[in-house]
Amino acid sequence: MIRVDEKEVYRYLGYRGAVPDTEIREKVSACVERLLAVIEPRSVRKSFPIIREEDGDGGSILQIAGMEIRSYALTKNLRGCTEAVLFAATIGLGADRLIRKAMVAGISDAVILQAAAAAAIEEYCDEVNGEIVRDAAERGLFVRPRFSPGYGDFPLAHQGGFLQVLDAQKRAGIHLTDGDLMVPSKSVTALIGLSAENAECVLQGCEACGKKECAFRR
Amino acid sequence: MSVLEKLGKERLFCDGGSGSMLQAWGLRPGELPETWNLTHPDEIAELSRMYFAAGADIVNANTFGANALKYPENLEEIVTEGVRLARRGRAAAGREDGLISVDIGPTGKLLAPLGDLSFDRAAELFGETARFGEKAGADIVFIETMADTYEAKAAVLGAKENTRLPVFLTLTFDAKGKLLTGGDVRTVVAVFEGLGVDALGINCGLGPAQMLPLVRELVREASVPVIVNPNAGLPRTENGKTVYDLDAETFSAYMRQIAEAGAHVIGGCCGTTPEHIRRTILACRDAAFYPPTAKSSTVFTSFSAAQQIGGEPVIIGERINPTGKKRFQEALRRKDTDYILAQGIEQEECGAMALDVNVGLPEIDEPVMMRHIVTSLQAVTALPLQIDTSDPAALEAGLRYYNGKAMVNSVNGKEESIRAVFPLVKKYGGVVVGLTLDENGIPGTAEGRVNIAQRIYAAAASYGIAKKDIVIDALAMAVSSDEQGARVTLETIRRIREELGGHTILGVSNISFGLPRREILSSVFLTMALQAGLDCAIINPGSEAMMRAVYAYRALAGHDPQFRNYIAVFGAASDDPAKEGRTQPLQKSSPETEPQGRSLGECIEKGMKSQAAAATGELLKTTAAMDIVDRELIPALDRVGRGFEGGSVFLPQLLMAADAAQAAFAVIRDSMAGETAHVKGRIILATVKNDIHDIGKNIVKVMLENYGYEVIDLGKDVPPEVIVETAVREDIRLVGLSALMTTTVVSMEETIRLLRKKKPDAKVVVGGAVMTQAYADRIGADAYAKDAMETVRYADSVFSNLTSS
Repeated sequence: MIRVDEKEVYRYLGYRGAVPDTEIREKVSACVERLLAVIEPRSVRKSFPIIREEDGDGGSILQIAGMEIRSYALTKNLRGCTEAVLFAATIGLGADRLIRKAMVAGISDAVILQAAAAAAIEEYCDEVNGEIVRDAAERGLFVRPRFSPGYGDFPLAHQGGFLQVLDAQKRAGIHLTDGDLMVPSKSVTALIGLSAENAECVLQGCEACGKKECAFRR
Repeated sequence: MSVLEKLGKERLFCDGGSGSMLQAWGLRPGELPETWNLTHPDEIAELSRMYFAAGADIVNANTFGANALKYPENLEEIVTEGVRLARRGRAAAGREDGLISVDIGPTGKLLAPLGDLSFDRAAELFGETARFGEKAGADIVFIETMADTYEAKAAVLGAKENTRLPVFLTLTFDAKGKLLTGGDVRTVVAVFEGLGVDALGINCGLGPAQMLPLVRELVREASVPVIVNPNAGLPRTENGKTVYDLDAETFSAYMRQIAEAGAHVIGGCCGTTPEHIRRTILACRDAAFYPPTAKSSTVFTSFSAAQQIGGEPVIIGERINPTGKKRFQEALRRKDTDYILAQGIEQEECGAMALDVNVGLPEIDEPVMMRHIVTSLQAVTALPLQIDTSDPAALEAGLRYYNGKAMVNSVNGKEESIRAVFPLVKKYGGVVVGLTLDENGIPGTAEGRVNIAQRIYAAAASYGIAKKDIVIDALAMAVSSDEQGARVTLETIRRIREELGGHTILGVSNISFGLPRREILSSVFLTMALQAGLDCAIINPGSEAMMRAVYAYRALAGHDPQFRNYIAVFGAASDDPAKEGRTQPLQKSSPETEPQGRSLGECIEKGMKSQAAAATGELLKTTAAMDIVDRELIPALDRVGRGFEGGSVFLPQLLMAADAAQAAFAVIRDSMAGETAHVKGRIILATVKNDIHDIGKNIVKVMLENYGYEVIDLGKDVPPEVIVETAVREDIRLVGLSALMTTTVVSMEETIRLLRKKKPDAKVVVGGAVMTQAYADRIGADAYAKDAMETVRYADSVFSNLTSS
């Protein structure tokens, strides 16, 4: 069962650390409750070895699950890793339907539900992440912060590759549109590097992102 | 006797998995298996030979992923070779009695409205593969591993419209008995028997042990033969490879249980091998076989929910109907979808179990509108729909694009009606309302109406439509013109039930037409009709009197265990009815909706929707509409807007105020239905091609409308040509575009380029998550707006320049 941190919902609504008044807080709680009643979290994950190659220009190419990935940021994230766990997670189409339905009745509920759904998928990813960390720890391995296609210079186009190698369409109901967007809209693909060595503090999430003026920055 | 003739008469066996074997033979991860039809023909033929030799009666050609999305260049070659190699394998096994199916799996895309693949395109893709398969000599179209009823429907229609082959369908359920898109066994059976599949079942996703309860349910519900193709147990990863936990012998022991549970066609899916199938055939050799039996329950469905008729009365909401409603007619003319959808959602919240959908108006294109409203409603409600039209083209549009098995309203005893309606019901499935009238009009006696009902049953049978799929409308006529009317209707209901064993439906409120306090007569008549055996009542669920009768009848007739619903609805009457998720059917005249001395402006600023509406209603008694807008509404919105711009008001508050203002505008609009309101300017809004995230665009829409603009909302995933054509046709001066991702900004750029060429005097404002001023400049937009308020300000500047120049 996913718990949604309402502070995160406020952040997605643009509060930037400010606390909403009682009315909004109650509205948020009600929306979170409505959302939790319809979500169906599903995820798939699979582990693959990481193979590194030089690209001839001094950069490197990562070979993971049959994909060739050129990304400075990912290469840095995966330094010291021999294996990557790829995963895809979603809270399901129910959330999309609920948001669409709310939109008909009024835009404010729809926007709050949308923020709640964003918080819910993050929460669920943290849960999946936690399982991966535990599995790794059992094998005496350390993990790196999860990294998604679209972070930094890790091309979003790899999302399709992730979904394919994970068979995520069949096993979790995650589809890709022609514009490389995932449906259900609250879905995530990511990978987590496993390593025998512990890494120094690695920047992650908002802190690793270059868009400093973002309204949702933590 | 050919194998197909044995279907349903004796047990047939399918093949098993192919993936694990092809991988063992060298198929790489990510490599498309169908390419092996060209590169490794011997292996593919050998796989078929092994399954036929193991005893399988039906073997799939290697075409599961073969569609024009994956093979745009050489689909026909891939499919033809796949079927040819399966035939080669069959010949090598000496199994000329065996059947070959062209195998069809999901496209990998999600269908609109939630995804971006159109239903027609999906049907076309599936149809192509099926057609090539038939041409190459396949005996069956086998559609499998479907997780979405809508995609599966497109596949079945595609197969049937393009081939004459029998169609087998299996879907993938989870352990809870649900498809990924929510449908359950009962829903699936109703929908696909309605569409006329020859055999129906379940494959993949689960092992045989997990499938067993679902198999029992399938056998209980289905009238057609049941197919069961499980995985070899549950998967786990070993050294990066997926392996399944059941060996051939254990698998076959489970399969015997599945055979004994009544499955008619069995085989395997992922992880199963020819040995699994050989052992299964051995294990089931002497298991009893139970031929499928016709089931008699009357069921209509949405994509996820099945509604049974007979038993608890079914309440069908009547309000999506323009008859006599000016505001609704105006919404149809203006394509104000949201207004119509809101009618549906409100009825659902009031307790409707299904919704009647009538969008007939002489001056609109009814088939187009029917399709649009049916698909839009299905994006916001899981209630089953009743397609209500007298236009056969609108009926077909509704049925074709409906996700589920709809109710059809209606056919009648006239030859012309029968000839128009029944072929469509036969093709698409549906439960049909049969009106007891014919060329001679409406019989004045129950005897006459029962006779017509019998003729409708007989006519349906001649089209191959079962009696269970007919619900007879006993016709409630205004008692004000015939005081015996109610009695005749009630007797008709009783006789249909007792003498014909049929189901009945009524548009209840007709009865009180022309009399005062209609709800008194209508609600008592409803109770009488339910007592006489009425199965479905088409009513206004917003009517307190009618819903009181419904809840009371349900409780008293034993349909409401421990009076749970009755108490939930009426026991909570003192609670706050404005609360979310209310079960309260009515919220009129509650003190919570009174403005309580607050001015309209305050109600809007505080985001109090119902109070804002009530305050507007009060003001309208004394003040002109335009004055309310100029002196109360707009200033209040401006105060909130400025607060938002200054950082003291946050997005939710801004939007609550916007919602409240909209509620106020709705009251004003109702008061001047017919008159045209003053419009500051007309603006196109669209989320660009390939982008399906439209919530930001919708925020902008609400704000612009509140500030007096008319918005032409083209929706999401809108091709540049559509935006440009609309701008030219409607002579639009401002176009707002939204895009969420860098990948879709490309479409935005293309749209702008095309607009510049065809409509150079239109300004373009852009927004969206990845947009920045620099980005907007680069793609040639006139302006970047970081939020809805900025868009409003920009629109104001564009249109004030227009008027001053």
